[in-house]
Amino acid sequence: MHPAYSVILFTTASGAGYGLMFWLSVAYALGLTPNSPFVLFVAMALALLLITIGLISSTLHLGRPERAMGAFSQWRSSWLSREGVAAIATYMPSGLLALLWLIGVESSLTIPLAILSAVGAVITVYCTGMIYASLRTIRQWYLGLVPANYLALAAATGALLLGFLLAAFGYAPAWTATVSLLGLAVAAALKVHYWQTIDADLGQYTVEMATGLGHLGRVKPLDPPHTRPNFVMREMGYEVARKHTEKLRRLVVAFLFAAPGLSMLLLLTVGGWGATLFFLLAIVCASVGILTERWLFFAEARHVSMLFYGSARA
Amino acid sequence: MSKQPAIDLNDPVGDRVAKTTCYMCACRCGINVHLRDGKVRYIEGNRDHPVNQGVLCGKGSAGIMQHYSPARLRVPMKRVGPRGSGEFEEISWEEALTTATDWLGEVRTNDPKRLAFFTGRDQSQSLTGLWAMQYGTPNFSAHGGFCSVNMAAGGLYTFGGAFWEFGDPDWELTKYFLLFGVAEDHASNPIKIGIGHLKGRGAKIVSVNPVRTGYNAVADEWVGIRPGTDGLFVGALIHELFQNQKIDLDYLVRYTNAPWLVIQHPGAADDGLFARGEDRDPIVFDKATGDFASAMSVETTPALTGARTLADGRTARPVFELMAERFLSDEYAPEAVASQTGVDAEQIRRIAAELAEVAFEQEIVLDQPWTDWAGRRHDKMIGRPVSMHAMRGVSAHSNGFQTCRMIHILQILLGSIDCPGGFRYKPPYPKQAPPWLLPQGALEDIRPREPLGGPHLGFPLGPQHLLLDGDKPSRIDKGFTWDAPMSAHGLMHMVINNAAKKDPYEIEVLFMYMANMAWNSSMNVPGTIDNLTAKDDDGQYVIPKIIYSDAYYSEMVPYADLILPDTTYLERWDCISLLDRPISTAELAADSIRHPVVKPDRDVRGFQEVLIDLGARLAMPAFTNEDGSPRYPGGYPDYMVNHERKPGIGPLAGWRGADGSKTGQGAPNPKQLERYLENGAFFAHELKPEQAYFKHANRDYLNWAVEMGFRVEPRPTIFQLYCEPVQAFRLAAEGHGTRQPPESHRERIRKHFDPLPFWYAPLEETMLDEGAYPLHAITQRPMHMYHSWGSQNAWLRQITAANRLYIHRSLGAKIGVVDDDWVWLQSHQGQVKCQVRLMDGVNPDTVWTWNAIGKRRGAWGLSDDSPEANQGFLLNHLISELLPEGGGGYRYSNSDPITGQAAWFDLRVAIKKADGAHETEPLFEPTGTGGLAPSPDKIAYGAEFKRSGR
Amino acid sequence: MTSLPENTGKKLGLVIDLDICVGCHACATSCKEWNTGGYSAPLSDHDPYGADPSGAWLNRIHSYEVGEGPGSKTVHFPRSCLHCEEPDCVTVCPTGASYKRAEDGIVLVNPDTCIGCKLCSWACPYGAREYDFDDGVMKKCTLCVDRIYNETIPEEDRVPACVRACPTGARAFGDLGDPSSAVSQSVAARGGFNLLEEFGYKPVNKYLPPRTGASDLDPAIVTQPERIPKPDGSAVERLFAWADQALSR
Repeated sequence: MHPAYSVILFTTASGAGYGLMFWLSVAYALGLTPNSPFVLFVAMALALLLITIGLISSTLHLGRPERAMGAFSQWRSSWLSREGVAAIATYMPSGLLALLWLIGVESSLTIPLAILSAVGAVITVYCTGMIYASLRTIRQWYLGLVPANYLALAAATGALLLGFLLAAFGYAPAWTATVSLLGLAVAAALKVHYWQTIDADLGQYTVEMATGLGHLGRVKPLDPPHTRPNFVMREMGYEVARKHTEKLRRLVVAFLFAAPGLSMLLLLTVGGWGATLFFLLAIVCASVGILTERWLFFAEARHVSMLFYGSARA
Repeated sequence: MSKQPAIDLNDPVGDRVAKTTCYMCACRCGINVHLRDGKVRYIEGNRDHPVNQGVLCGKGSAGIMQHYSPARLRVPMKRVGPRGSGEFEEISWEEALTTATDWLGEVRTNDPKRLAFFTGRDQSQSLTGLWAMQYGTPNFSAHGGFCSVNMAAGGLYTFGGAFWEFGDPDWELTKYFLLFGVAEDHASNPIKIGIGHLKGRGAKIVSVNPVRTGYNAVADEWVGIRPGTDGLFVGALIHELFQNQKIDLDYLVRYTNAPWLVIQHPGAADDGLFARGEDRDPIVFDKATGDFASAMSVETTPALTGARTLADGRTARPVFELMAERFLSDEYAPEAVASQTGVDAEQIRRIAAELAEVAFEQEIVLDQPWTDWAGRRHDKMIGRPVSMHAMRGVSAHSNGFQTCRMIHILQILLGSIDCPGGFRYKPPYPKQAPPWLLPQGALEDIRPREPLGGPHLGFPLGPQHLLLDGDKPSRIDKGFTWDAPMSAHGLMHMVINNAAKKDPYEIEVLFMYMANMAWNSSMNVPGTIDNLTAKDDDGQYVIPKIIYSDAYYSEMVPYADLILPDTTYLERWDCISLLDRPISTAELAADSIRHPVVKPDRDVRGFQEVLIDLGARLAMPAFTNEDGSPRYPGGYPDYMVNHERKPGIGPLAGWRGADGSKTGQGAPNPKQLERYLENGAFFAHELKPEQAYFKHANRDYLNWAVEMGFRVEPRPTIFQLYCEPVQAFRLAAEGHGTRQPPESHRERIRKHFDPLPFWYAPLEETMLDEGAYPLHAITQRPMHMYHSWGSQNAWLRQITAANRLYIHRSLGAKIGVVDDDWVWLQSHQGQVKCQVRLMDGVNPDTVWTWNAIGKRRGAWGLSDDSPEANQGFLLNHLISELLPEGGGGYRYSNSDPITGQAAWFDLRVAIKKADGAHETEPLFEPTGTGGLAPSPDKIAYGAEFKRSGR
Repeated sequence: MTSLPENTGKKLGLVIDLDICVGCHACATSCKEWNTGGYSAPLSDHDPYGADPSGAWLNRIHSYEVGEGPGSKTVHFPRSCLHCEEPDCVTVCPTGASYKRAEDGIVLVNPDTCIGCKLCSWACPYGAREYDFDDGVMKKCTLCVDRIYNETIPEEDRVPACVRACPTGARAFGDLGDPSSAVSQSVAARGGFNLLEEFGYKPVNKYLPPRTGASDLDPAIVTQPERIPKPDGSAVERLFAWADQALSR
């Protein structure tokens, strides 16, 4: 599948934003956050900013962005619609919460709003994952692991962001590093498992099935319908060489999991001083890592329709 | 659930429908052009039309993009830069026509033969030929010489017909169809419709073609023959039929010259000619009377066998015997031909057996009485439901004439010509065999400002009809000379080469129409470009003046000095006439017109309009009134209605007579074109059921054909298994007669001019080291591009914007290449770099590519980085227009020695893997763009038709 | 709207005969021609005269070689939307622009509400949906919904443009939900099949397989005719003896 930069930016930015929102809300509800509404506001604003950047990016990816409002209508069947609805719905408690924190009003609503925000974040990220996981046409996506991956990565990147923010404001509770580390570990385990899973599955569909000509023997493409790639080939036919894939996977492991994980370990070992720097380093590495991870998520995905264009299996 | 949106299901297609004739190829289907707000909304096939019966091919349905192409020429131009630069200055039509008139007038006054007027894919040859006759130059033909003259001449000399425009398989009744050398053909939709019918009925289709694409893909059996060996394959089939006595003797006696007696008189001037009676009719031996009788007499029992002694003591034998001996010889035994053809002997045997089985055991009987030419009534029509079709793969070889003859003879031996289930003639065919039409244009007949005595092209019956003055050819293409004595369509492919060499003489003006000679219509493209730009010592071009008419900025345009921009096919009048290339079917005599369905948005004129105008300006008798005024002031439509070839016979056969009540012959009808338009732009006369078959010998048909002016007299067409005119040329080569070939040509003529068809190896390979060029290279026509005059069509070029060289998987493994790797393909002429694609369905010794996909940078409104120019390639660069130098230092044209048909399928090549830059070679310099505006980078055609509330 | 209708009144679709298709692209260009000015207008083309020409087409023709060696075949293979009974391309659509018509089962995109998210094209295993980069919406085979019911055109022409054009008659249009329809009958008679049956979208369009040498004539004609016994004499002599029968002209 063609790795569109708008979609990569959307899923990674909004994923991190929802992760941040989730941990912030949970921590707040559990009373683990510093007693500074301003800091809380900044954290929620950053989450909303990332989410909004992602959503704008995904909207601009549309052919007809001016009609985007129509996308909220089909939540009964469409995960994309559900995601849109969930995203908008999540804006409400989280936005209100941010507003309350900004104006510094004490309210009994903040805890329920935080819980709603956390739930909304989880649901939205789950919906994002399900957009892909619901597509039977792409075996690398049609897996329960996909939403799990999305959730874990959103959690890990969100935790790093929260840790960084708190550290930057002079708070450096150890739990942020622990949560980040755990998030990274879970995400890493899921990702490696995901890779093993897709590598083990050679695809159950063949060009013989696609053309229905298997009873006559092996089917080999002779001439494509058009000399130059068409939309389907450009969109669905993107392929990355196996060697290249492995290199990029190692890069993901190093930058998305190993380096931030190591930073967190060091932070936990060394203690409080320099937490900002450790988080910053982790975030920079993880950003490179997650953009690569998301690029690979698309580039490694093989669409069944490519059977018609020369793929032997999908 | 929300409600389904309301859709306008009844949106009218357009505001007007105009019925006209397609011109996306030479097939000439009827089309309904739907127009909305003056723009073309949709083009579909005309259901009433005899050619396409409502369907439309991939090209026809892409006509919109041809019509609105950005490569359309916009205005007359004169060249200002050097030839090839594409630098032109726009001029007015008046200046263009004045210039042309000056150039042409001067030549016509001084020496008319110094005009060479050749038209390419011309569908108005009765007009262009008339114009050339009126001008008085001997130098005229269309592109048949490099297209399919072997097929036409081979058939016409044999049985007064051929395939395509001449006749079709009986698609409704045939049970066994043998297709030779056709991936796609002129008769695009009729063949497709026919194949659909065959498939629907479960008839068997056997395809003989080195490549399994197109029609060959749907064949029940594919014979992946080695190129140029079809004659061996067919010869072996005939061998098997003779061997197993599976031939229709009745049919041979009745309709062919099988019983005619051939003089056996080795060394004498009459050897191999027919024994003739006092009335000059050939004679047969009548077993009933035990005496000789006229071959034309019906009251005989002619012997097919037995040598006879003629009254004067000479010996004579029937054609049948000679033919049987030829094909029963071991040379044509299946085992003998298997290795050369690449076809297994058992497969040949089986196919021969199947042909015989279907022809004789599954005969068709129609309860349709008919009367033969001698007045005998027959209760039924007996059919041999075997049919064949062949085209370029057979005819574009230097042994094509004889191979075509062999295919027709195979049909004749099976008794399947114009019978139910067999081959069917299309009116005005059959003609006499050979046709009664001699070539005109001998040097002594060429006089300043005087028309020629008759049409240029014809069918010589012997050396006496060659257009030679001593050894000096009359025609610039050396047609009807010893180089190609029976060149019935001329040799357009030799014109530029000969003119540049001033051989046989210099010309002053080269005038061409719709012929991309600087690119895909020439062999040896680099050589042709050199010839077009060659200069004398004084710095003047060797071909001093070139006038060219085309609708598009093709590769030829930059090489012309004066450009006469033609219209698109939707903007023009045209006349598809029974006088030249009709659209008849086996049951209908039909012709058709084109008419302007949209107005040109450019300053262009239909070429035929221009020709008629020039004819008047040059004061040609046929185009001028006695007072010197133009005879057809209304232009082409005026000519179509009012021109009379002979009294009562004009370009259009329908609705003649002052009141439109006459068909075929009748006075001009001023409302004739209105009648055509009312009828969907065509006219069709349906034959009566009793005329439907055996047209060569059917009295009702023959009488009607005389009435229509198709035939001079109602005598039957007798099939010429043995072709006497060919023997007449051979006798000259053997030293008889006053007109003999020069020594250099003697052996060539003697060998190839065999009155009985035979197979010989294609000439190029016999002159080459076969080890050095082990492979055959041929082209196939892509169905979606065939004859579509270029790649400017934005839809069609998406389908094929670059061609690959297709090679067999085993060859790919041998030279170590996979799909899309680059290879060098080398011939004795040059080399081309191209990309391969591996396949199974190709003869292992053959490589092939799609025809005419490669384009030159600058042409056709395409960008310089287009795939056509940078990955697309032509095999033409590899094909020499001349054969390698043989003994005596003479280089013959790379053509069939009999007809002069360009032998571009004879090409032999070697292949090797290529390294280096990934673009094709040779890569020619861009041609310049002829002042055309840059092509758009986006098309959203049809957005203007979008209506709200859909 | 995105939900699928439980039952469609009819199941309109195409039957494509791979035994007859010669790969001429008539169905593809006639489709392009009709639809670029029809319901889906326009079907845009990019770089139409340049290095990388491409555009929106609703029907494309592949060529394959099938099998190995002498038994192999070349198969031309038209491919367009199959108007599946249970396609995800409809259910994934977030706006409801992609829908399956309840009355005839035609799967359509509403070009006025499509937002161009391309998700439906991702959900189609047949690669049948093509995005129009210029128009910003998804385009697909409409089964010429603006022809088949159109009372302004002659009744015999109320078929999809591809069927109208197909020169060999390799395409047929009809109600595949009606077992007595001509298309259903030919599917039954010829062993018509679904593409990627295993996928489970239940395509309505069917394909008829290439016949493999089993022509009606074969049993009769593959048998060798008895060869003429060879008592003595050469083939020429035997032929001449046979041809020496009395045949009047």
